[in-house]
Amino acid sequence: MRNYPADEASREEVAIQASGDVVKARQTVRLLAQQAGLSLVNQTKLVTAASELGRNTLIYGGGGTAQAAIVRDVARVGVWVRFADTGPGIPDTELALTDGWTSGSGMGLGLSGARRLVDEFELDSTPGVGTTVTVLKWAR
Amino acid sequence: MSDRVPVLKIGDILLVSIQIDLEDQMVLDLQDDLSQQIVATSARGVVIDISALEIVDSFVGRMLATTAAISRVLGAETVVVGMRPAVAMTLVELGLSLGGVRTALNLELGLGYLRRAQVSPPASP
Ligand SMILES: Nc1ncnc2c1ncn2[C@@H]1O[C@H](COP(=O)(O)OP(=O)(O)OP(=O)(O)O)[C@@H](O)[C@H]1O
Ligand SMILES: [Mg+2]
Repeated sequence: MRNYPADEASREEVAIQASGDVVKARQTVRLLAQQAGLSLVNQTKLVTAASELGRNTLIYGGGGTAQAAIVRDVARVGVWVRFADTGPGIPDTELALTDGWTSGSGMGLGLSGARRLVDEFELDSTPGVGTTVTVLKWAR
Repeated sequence: MSDRVPVLKIGDILLVSIQIDLEDQMVLDLQDDLSQQIVATSARGVVIDISALEIVDSFVGRMLATTAAISRVLGAETVVVGMRPAVAMTLVELGLSLGGVRTALNLELGLGYLRRAQVSPPASP
């Protein structure tokens, strides 16, 4: 994903250590999406993606952080969100992005579904080091 | 932390109205409470009003599907009412179809469905 310039004043960070923090991350992303002027449907899609990714950070990553900011491209505004953890990582990211694949008891829809719900998606994971998922949704 | 979503009993119907953004544990507690209340009150129907919910992710979606399945086994029909259009569009794109979950546009239609379902139970084979 390109490195779009962020409105520094909009930057937020939420520590993800308990399930209440996933709620906080959802609310933070919702506020930024409103400020950036995303349509209601696009707000809903981005917040839902953030919820899936935040839960993964907590459950599989053992906790981590969510960062979010309003970003700009030439003529568009969007919301950028990054979830990062220093957990076990994902050995096979392609497999993890397959609809229905779960290593636990989930439905295996979080990663693949989140990717469909956003405009830009990047998954970086190194076994033993951690996982970072970055998403971006533009206002249209 | 020990907040629970209230389950109201109206006749033989249990009504749940989710008014706040729920953390996962509250979602699981609600599923447990509903299962127990169906048995304790011999309820024939369950209405879950999600009109205040701004998102339904895979966790809440799974709870709705599981609750519908559990209640069916316990002899009660579940109707999920009031899903916002943006939520419905997002759920489908997420990949959750909620196939086994009966839905209605609003509370009134949901209650009407349950009333009819009770008057004319499906013919047994
Ligand atoms: N942050 C992470 N750290 C380590 N593994 C992860 C992480 N995120 C996802 N995974 C792995 O990728 C798999 C797929 O994740 P995904 O969110 O798609 O499904 P799920 O969490 O298993 O189920 P669902 O999200 O539908 O409840 C997980 O089962 C897990 O093994
Ligand atoms: Mg998941």
